[in-house]
Parts: sequence; structure tokens; C-alpha cells
Amino acid sequence: METTFDYGPVDEILSRYDLSERSAIAILQDIQEHYNYLPREIFPKVANAIGIGEARLYGVATFYENFSLEPKGKYVIRCCDGTACHVRGSQPILDKLREELGLSESKHTTDDLKFTVETVSCLGACGLAPAMTVNGIVHASMTPEKAMEIVEKLRKEDETA
Amino acid sequence: MTKLDTRLALDQLRESCEKAFAAEKRKILVCGGTGCVSGGSLQIFERLKELMEEHHVPVEVELQKDPHQDVVGLKKSGCHGFCEMGPLIRIEPEGWLYTKVKLEDCEEILESTIIKGECIDRLAYRQNGEIYRRQADIPFYKKQTRLVLEHCGHINATSIYEYLAIGGYRAFEKALFDMQPEDIIQEITESNLRGRGGGGFQTGKKWASARVQKENPKYIVCNGDEGDPGAFMDRSVMEGDPNKMLEGMMIAGIAVGAQEGFIYVRAEYPLAVERLRIAIEQANALGLLGDHILGSDFSFQIHINRGAGAFVCGEGSALTASIEGKRGMPRVKPPRTVEHGLFEKPTVLNNVETYANVPMIIQNGSAWYKSIGPENSPGTKAFALTGTINNTGLIEVPMGTTLREVIFDIGGGMRGNTDFKAVQIGGPSGGCLTAKELDIPLDFDSLKKVGAMIGSGGLVVMDTKTCMVEVARFFMHFTQNESCGKCVPCREGTKRMLEILERIVDGKGRDGDIELLLELADTISHTALCGLGKSAPSPVVSTIRNFRSEYEAHIYDKKCPAGVCAKLRTFVINPELCKGCSKCARNCPVNAISGELRKPFTIDQDVCIKCGTCMSNCPFHAISTEA
Amino acid sequence: MNINNMIEIDGIPVEIGDERNLLDVIRKSGVKLPTFCYHSDLSIFGACRMCMVEDERGRLMASCSTLPKAGMKIFTNTQRLRKYRRNILELLLADHCRDCTTCGNNGNCKLQSLARQFGIKSVRFENTKSEMAQDLSSPAIIRDPGKCILCGDCVRECNEIQNVGAIDFAFRGSKAMISTAFDVPLSETQCVGCGQCAAACPTGAIIVRNDSMKAWNYLDDPETFVTCEIAPAVRVAMGQEMGMQPGENALGRIVSALHRMGFDEVYDTSTAADLTVIEEANEFIQRFRSGEKLPLLTSCCPAWVQYVEKRNPDFLPNVSTCRSPMSMFASVIKEYYRDHLPEGKTKHVHIAIMPCTAKKFEASRPEFRSHDQQDTDVVITTQELIKMIKESGIVFEEVEPEAVDMPFGTYSGAGVIFGVSGGVTEAVLRKIATSDNRKGIASLAYTGVRGLDGVKECVIPYGDREVHIAICSGLRNASDLLEAVRRGEKQFDLIEVMACYGGCISGAGQPYISRRRRINRGNGLYRADSTTPIRRSQDNPMMKELYEGILKGREHELLHVNYLKK
Repeated sequence: METTFDYGPVDEILSRYDLSERSAIAILQDIQEHYNYLPREIFPKVANAIGIGEARLYGVATFYENFSLEPKGKYVIRCCDGTACHVRGSQPILDKLREELGLSESKHTTDDLKFTVETVSCLGACGLAPAMTVNGIVHASMTPEKAMEIVEKLRKEDETA
Repeated sequence: MTKLDTRLALDQLRESCEKAFAAEKRKILVCGGTGCVSGGSLQIFERLKELMEEHHVPVEVELQKDPHQDVVGLKKSGCHGFCEMGPLIRIEPEGWLYTKVKLEDCEEILESTIIKGECIDRLAYRQNGEIYRRQADIPFYKKQTRLVLEHCGHINATSIYEYLAIGGYRAFEKALFDMQPEDIIQEITESNLRGRGGGGFQTGKKWASARVQKENPKYIVCNGDEGDPGAFMDRSVMEGDPNKMLEGMMIAGIAVGAQEGFIYVRAEYPLAVERLRIAIEQANALGLLGDHILGSDFSFQIHINRGAGAFVCGEGSALTASIEGKRGMPRVKPPRTVEHGLFEKPTVLNNVETYANVPMIIQNGSAWYKSIGPENSPGTKAFALTGTINNTGLIEVPMGTTLREVIFDIGGGMRGNTDFKAVQIGGPSGGCLTAKELDIPLDFDSLKKVGAMIGSGGLVVMDTKTCMVEVARFFMHFTQNESCGKCVPCREGTKRMLEILERIVDGKGRDGDIELLLELADTISHTALCGLGKSAPSPVVSTIRNFRSEYEAHIYDKKCPAGVCAKLRTFVINPELCKGCSKCARNCPVNAISGELRKPFTIDQDVCIKCGTCMSNCPFHAISTEA
Repeated sequence: MNINNMIEIDGIPVEIGDERNLLDVIRKSGVKLPTFCYHSDLSIFGACRMCMVEDERGRLMASCSTLPKAGMKIFTNTQRLRKYRRNILELLLADHCRDCTTCGNNGNCKLQSLARQFGIKSVRFENTKSEMAQDLSSPAIIRDPGKCILCGDCVRECNEIQNVGAIDFAFRGSKAMISTAFDVPLSETQCVGCGQCAAACPTGAIIVRNDSMKAWNYLDDPETFVTCEIAPAVRVAMGQEMGMQPGENALGRIVSALHRMGFDEVYDTSTAADLTVIEEANEFIQRFRSGEKLPLLTSCCPAWVQYVEKRNPDFLPNVSTCRSPMSMFASVIKEYYRDHLPEGKTKHVHIAIMPCTAKKFEASRPEFRSHDQQDTDVVITTQELIKMIKESGIVFEEVEPEAVDMPFGTYSGAGVIFGVSGGVTEAVLRKIATSDNRKGIASLAYTGVRGLDGVKECVIPYGDREVHIAICSGLRNASDLLEAVRRGEKQFDLIEVMACYGGCISGAGQPYISRRRRINRGNGLYRADSTTPIRRSQDNPMMKELYEGILKGREHELLHVNYLKK
């Protein structure tokens, strides 16, 4: 397969960093911010640029929870399952979201790439438990019903967009 | 901003900041912490600004160096810690606190408070029918001693001028010009400041051993990877008073002879990253960071590294590995971090709260510091108080305060009509304490004696409706998921402990499971490579020690006494409430429910798979569970 | 003995020497502490936790990562240490394939032997071993991730020693695994087939591909004429399990055993090494005089050649065009028997017995193929040879030694020392820089070419000039050296590289021994050299015969290769 991957954005990101192993995580973070995931094509390029093996870079990318090798949905919902949220009932919210969107512990993103549902170990918003974020915006004191309202709102927003 | 190149220039700037700060007689401080932002505080801020401009109220968002008379300051502050009551607005000079403020309240705030200077009692905090207008009078705050969090919520977190106005960088100035590095270390050592991140290692000792290392360069690293699910003290400091922590790191830099500092912040704290970035930028612009600071020989630079989602990176060597761009896997020690830390160079690694303590100690002296709290654990400690209590939030108390005071005085007691059962302290590495331990003073040594630890400072209060086996399973699921996978005991052992706990909560526990859990816990806690692995079994061990009968009920009687574990619940239909609509029966996936229309239905317990579908479908709330 | 520098191990005083950790002191004291992840050649990892010991106050420590301190009182075998070790083994076994009898590493597996040693009779946890596909893509090694215990030895070999980086840790926690990037087959990675990962692997997770079945099939076919060659390093590595002393030369017995197994003719790769010496010496002199494409990089080691191809293609023109001795032998012998096949035989197959896993890859390269057949049909490693001998029921210790066959049976001592790092260089120097007297030859041994150091540099006078030579083994060393050359920090005329530390004696196809003990194998080869009547390649009478016979006008076609053309 001929690759038609546009390395422009990657080159731009690489140009901001000291090209050594120590920049690996920051570079991957920027790339993920740009593409919303880590495309496979970037690995040989980045590994080579910072002078490490591709296997090592893959090892870094798969070690950290925040990196995704799969494209994520337009709306990334992260349910906090920290202790405070857990004891105040975060699990039913997660269950409801997954049920509504047809997702599971192993399937995080809907086929139409609209929604991604993930858990996060703690958002540090424990005073507002249970909490979740949608594309980084924190929603406090969630219930399964409130989560459904948010999903509905996002769906409408997506349709009109 | 112009670069300050002498000590005098800094003093002059500070003086003008103090004047400007004092000139803002009325200040409206809208909380810009993560919690209140999620409640819409930023919109409230914008609306207030709009309204004030419309009504020609002289408003000042950024502190100006030339003081204006009668100007009203409108500021975004850091977290007050009382997130539950957010969005919060603090009104000065009276010190009132408005709680649960809505966008619609803005006009009234303008008219009554800003223009007329009246308190809106409707927005004040109430407890047991009493109104508390002033923040300091609210029981939640009254019992606290806020030193590290002193300015959180009281100043604009994005203005280095405000930090200067309240005496910021005085300690740095003193350390740089009036003290020798040895004096700094001496002062910190004498203060007996113990690391706030977990083990309580003496900070002065750590700095001293880094200082004597021959190798250069040396690094100052700040652990802001507050990964404990249920803790957010460091987040609040970074968001609310970032300069305080930077100042602490800079003093550490002088003390050990380092020129570079790194702050490792969790990726889940974008606001903290942003506030730190602003603070570092401003410090650079003023020449408080950079080369030849204030004309001295001291040069210092601070970098921010964002974490990428790994609890284990809270462990020192994993954290430095992560800054180096590697997988965050802890390494064996020796060599210790002070000898071979970041980039294999001598490194001082402390957490956010520890560094935030440093300027106060330098400024006020170790004797002052030691007057707070018990002798072996002086100072205060911030805790994230969460769970099933009335007042959740961020608190700071002198070390040695008892759990009872924290939970019942500050926390306002249990939420609803439930009873206290246990409190999990120290997160997934800590243990649970029960009612009989409520009078234990919270300090490093007292907690160690009862097999618990302060850890990062998460306090999760649990009521009698909490199943302790399920809680143990929750923590084990967490540590298992967050294990880096390097050493066998942690990687394989926690997996097996989780496997056993899962079968117990599923009603498939076997005779001998408790003993097997304890045996695995013993092996893991003694053989795991890093501190996180070693402490991973703690929640299980402490729940077995305190609530063994709950485990036994799950295993032998197949019952969950708290009625939490789904597979051990019995679903029953209350014939008094059941209208016989058949909705439950139609939704039951295994046809376990039968009955005659318009007469009470019944559940065949032998067929029921305890999925709970019937309960969530019943329009009359006639279905409940029995333990 | 320094009484101020003693520690007590299980009540017995032991002096601290230059050991790098407590573990080595304990092992010195005669206690065989179990480990999975500790290799004296690699960095300390501390993952398996089997080497935990206890002090007099009951504090536990991993001895691999504890410095010995005078006055320590260490206990290595307490009740709870035994319990912890058993539990760790049990935890590993719970997630591991337990079909030992059909495992490619049966009998050679540390997990198996420690489970036996600690008497693990049952596993109290669910067997959650997941079925994971084997990676069969490499001609050299086979990866079976389901048998991996994540000790990381392979990763450290591949990265620290070899700087190849084909594999690394991926994912984390209980999902952690050793993987290539995106789990692609090894053949699509930077892997050069050196096999050091397999040598380090304590279980069957990475093993050397076993081609003995192919060899047996040819041997069993009465119409196939089977010749073979034995590489120099093989003879000194037959090892303890074959009843050999460390480094003992077993060539005669191997020849004899191979004859009994049915090989028609058995040869010594040293013969072809003499060809390599002559060709490479000529090539070097030519480049040295013209100053072109220097430094000349040796090409005998196939893992090294691949390393240049994959990682340092800018140096490809510097690689010698000489085929390796194995491939020279194969092309010559194949060519010879095209016209000389004995009666009743319809097909000629040539098998190479090598210390090396990368030779399996080299043999499969399209460059070494003629008349629709690979020049070398099968490569068998020393370990496979041992298995084949055992399978045949031959009692190796009792075999009467035999000489190699003719017509390719003479070789020089220069060819024999190819098996050890520095040997190629020394052999070439004997060709270009010495008179034919014994003293002159012997003096070369003291120029710095010998020894198992990873990098050796020496200067040899040649006419009125000096030849600057670097000899290195281990690909990390080679890559550092190339980088220095690239940056202009160092200048050499000749660089000899062997991918494995110490040369072919440490090949991944050899029975594994620690780096310290490999010196015996090297010494074995030097002994074999010094007792050979012919010491220089050009003095081997066969050379003249070959150059005037089969090679006449075809030197380039049969003895050289152009790795550049792709």
C-alpha cells in the first residue's frame, strides 16, 4: 500500500522539540492532540527523529493510559472512577453510557466515531463526585439520567453542526 | 513586565503591588478552580464583568501597579476547597462567602453587594438552620489551619503581582541574599519538615544528601502526579497558588546547587498546567527565573512535564523515567534518587505540598513551624475529604488533629441518616480505619502504628451502606490496572488477589480464600520492587483485619451484609406497592418473574440472575433488595 | 584476607571482592541463589524478585540490587524466603504454558528447573494463560509470547548490548508483554537475527529455529549426496553435557559422529576461511593503496551485515564484498559437485554447522542461490547438532575421533581462529604483514588483536605506512564506533565486527555459558591454531589448487557478493 500520509503536522511538532528520547512523551502528546490519536504512520518517523527504536516508542505509547492507537470519537466522555466517585455511584453512570452507546470495557468508541467512553482513575474533582468530562469540560454530580441528557444534547449539537 | 536585576528592584515592585492590592477595597473573588468552573463560574465571572462595566463600576481584573482609588477588583481565584458548595464567590473586605451561585444571581450581586455593600443572605452558607456569612465562620473552615492553602481562593492565581503583594518571594529573596545554602538546609532540617507525598521522609536530610553529591548538574523535581484516586490537594495548590510552589523549588535549587527544576503534572490537571505555565512565564519575565537572578550568581529554570496517565509515575524513579521519555517503570535502588535520579544525576524529588511549605519555613523560621502540630510531624497537612459526609472538599489541619474532628467537625458528619463505618486513608496504598480509631491523631507515626499511612492525603469516608469487600475489590482493581507490570509479585500477585476478590463479591468465594489473600498480600508486600507494589495489598489486609466477618458472610453465607454486591442480593417485590403491571416480568431476561395482572407479582429466586433490570423498570418502586 | 571487609552469609564469613552486588558475593560463597532476570552481562533489572534475601533484623532485600556492605549478616534460605520464592514461581506458572514435554526448550528452561527445585506440585490459581500466536517469520528465531515471563533479558540484550531495538516492553500491568512495534512479525523489524535474545531467554519464549528435521530428511534420502562444513567455533563449545572440558576441541569426534549419522563428506569451514583471508587481504590492500572506501568493514558476520544494511546503509560501500567463509565454501562445493556427483546420487545438499542463528538467515539470502538451489541448504546450530547426536543415540564421549574428508580437507590455523573476535584480523595480517617465520606469526598475537574486550584498537606497520585497525564485538560497540568514524573523531583502515560479544564462540547457536567462561572457548581455538602445521592461509596447498582449478577466472562469481544491489 502506498502511503499518502501527510507528515507536515508531525514535522511541525518535531521542530518544536529537542530531538532526543526525553521529548518522546511530549511529542506524542502533541501529535495525539492534533490527530486525536496516534496514527501508526508517525511511529517510524518519530522514533527515528529522536533516535530510539520503534519498538521502544511503541512501548511508551502503550504504557500510558492517555495515548490511544485508535481514532477517538468526536466527543470523548471520560467517567471518573476515582474512590470518591466510586463510593458515590460512578459505576451505574458508566454502565448506562456504555449501554446507550453500545460500548463496553473493550470497545471504547462508537463505529461512527462520534463517541468515546473511557474511565479515568481520578479527575481530582472529588468534591463534585461523581464527575465526568466531555472533551475536557468537567461535569459535576452526575447521575445516569444526567449523563443521558448530556449525550442527547451532544447528539443534537452534532446534527446541527 | 521589566526584568528585575537587583534585590532593591524586587522590593520596590513588591511595595507598589502591596499598595495597589490594598487600594482594591472591594474585591469579588470568583472561584476558578476545577470544581467551580464545572459549575459555570467562568460565565459568572464574565457576566459580573459585563454588568459592572454596564453600570460604570470601576472594575479591575488585573492588579495594576499604579493604584486607583475606589476600584473594585474582580478576580478569578484558585480553589477554596469547598467544591461541594460551588460555584463560590468570596467578597472582600468583609470575607463573605457566597455559595452555589448561579448566573441569574449576578445582577443581585451587583446591586446589593457591589453597589450597596450588603450581604445576600440567600447565598450564604447554612448549616443546621444557622446562617454563616463570613467564610471564616463556617464550621468547615473554622476548624482548619490553612497555611499551605492560605491564599488559595483569596488571590488571583494568574497574577504574580498579587503573589508579591501578599509577601510572595520574600523567602526566596532571604534565601538568596541573606542565607548560605547550608543555612537553608539547616533551617529545613530543624523544622523537621517531612515529605508530604507518602513516606514522610525528612526533607532537610534529602536536600543535604543531594547537596554533598559531587556530580553535576543537579536537578530539583516536583512530583505533581497526584494519582491517588480521591485526592486533589496538590491540584488545588498548583491551580490556586502556583507561585508558592515555584518559590519552594527555587529555594531548594539554591540549597542543593541546582539550576534546573522539573514539575511533573498529571495529564488530568490541565488547569494546573495552565496556571503553572503562566506563573513560570511571569517569573521569567520578572527575572525571578532565568540567568543571574536579581543580579546574583544563581540561575534557575523550571520546566513542566505533563504526565500521560500512569499512577505508578507517582513513584520517584518511575516519575524520573517518565520525564526522561521512557516507560514509567520503577527501577531498583540503590542508587538512590539523590545520587542518581533524573538523567542519572543527583536529584531532589519532593511533592507539591512539601515545596509549598518551604517558603513559610524560611520566612518564619523553623521554631515557628515546629510550634504547629506534634513534634515528630510538625506543620499542617492538607487532606481531600470525600465520601459520604456532608462537607466534602479540601481541608488543611495541623498534623495530629484527630479523625473525629476532621470528619464530624469539619466534614459536618455523615450525609443523610447513615452511620460512620470506616475511612480509607492514603488511597490505594493506604488502609481503612474504623470507628475505634477515630481518635487517632493524624500524623505520620501514629498512623503507621495502626498500619495506615497518610500517603497522599486522600480521606474517603464510608458509611454503613458501603461493602468493605467491594471497596477492597475496587482498590485492587485500581492497583492491578495501574501496576507497571515489571516485577512478578505486583504484576501477577495483584491480578490473583483481584481474581479472588471478584469471585468473593460474585458469591463464588471458596473456603480458604481469605487465607490465600493474606498469603499473597504477605508475599507482595515483602517482595515487590517499588513502594506502590509493596503497599498494593494494604486495603485488602486492613479490610480483612477490621471486617473479616463481612468477608466470611460473602464466602460462607453468600450474603453481602451491606447489600451492595449485586450477585449476592435478593430482589423482592413488595406486595403492598406492586400494582401488578407486569412490566418487571416483561423485562426480566430470564423469565424469573410471574404473576397475575393487577395482583402482586413474585420473583423465583432460583431462576433470578440478580441483574437488577426489574428494579430499574418498576414504575412503583415496589422492588427492592435484601442483603 | 581483609577481616574488615567481610560479610556473613548464612553464618559463614565471606570476603567482599569486586562483586557488583550482594548476589554475586552470595554466589561466590557457594549458594546458587535463583534468578530469572539477573544476567551478569546486562544491567540490573530487579523484576523477578527470586533473589530476595533477609538480614539479621528480618529486613528483606533483593540481593541483585543491594550493595554488599562489610558487617552484613545475610540469610539466603529462611522459611519465609522459601515461601516467597515458591509463591513467585506459582504465580508465574499460573499464567504460563505447562506443556513442558512438547516445548522447544524442554530441559533447558529455568522456570521448569526452578519449579522442580522448589517442589511446586500444584498451582492454586486459575490457569489464565492466553493463547498467543507464535512469530515464525524469522529464519533465525521463533518467538512464543505465551511462554514469556517478562524478565526483560531479551530486551536488554537487544537494546543494551546489540543496539538493535527490535523488541521492547509494551503495554503495562498484567497486559504487559514483550513486543515488536505494533506486534509486527520479527522479519519486518530491525532484527538482525543475532539470536542473543534467545540465548538470554530463560524459558521457551524465544528459541532458535530448529532445522534438524530438514537435515534428517536429506540424510534419510539415499539419492541425496550430503556434505557438510563445521564452523571453527563449534568444536570448542560442545559443552559439559557432551562430556567435554570447557573449550576442549571436539572436531575429531564431531566429524566421526557426523559420519555415523550419514553425512557423506564432512569438512571444516576453516578451509573456506583461508579463501576469505586471501580475498579480503587482496581487497584490503587494494583499498588501502587507493584510499577508497575505507575503513574496510569485514563481512563474515551475517548479523553485522544486516545491521549495516538496516541501520547504517551509508556504510554499505565499505563492507567487504567477500562472502563469508560459509557461503564461499557452499558456492565452491556446490560448483564442484555439479560435475562430480558420486554414482547413485541425484542431488547434492550442503549443510552448515554453525555457532550462529543469523547464518540461517544468510543461507536463505537470494544472493547465495545458484541453479535454483540455495548454496547452503540447511544451517544447523551447535545446539541442534548436540540434539541430533543425542537423538542418534551416539555416545559422544566414546566416539573415536576422525579426520575431515578430502578433497577439501586442508586448512590453516588462520582459518580456525575466525571463530573468535580478532581472529579475522589476525588471519588477514598473517597474509599481508608478516614474513613466513613462526616468530613473526606469533608476535602478531601480541599486537592487541586478541582478548574478549568489546573494542580493541591496534596499529600495525605496513611497509612505510601504518594500518589502523579496530576490532569490535557486540553491535552496540560497533554502532558507537561507526558513529565516531562518521563524526570524524576516529579513523580506521580496517574494522572487524562480530555481532556477538567475543565473536562466534558466543554465538546464540552455542550452548549458553556466561561471558566470563567464554574465554576458554577462545583459548581452545588459539590452541588449535598453534598446533596446526600450516599457520597462514596462503600456505594452504589447497588454495593454489582451487585458484588454478575451479576458481580460475570465477573468483568474483563464486567468492564475492554485492550487498549494495537490491
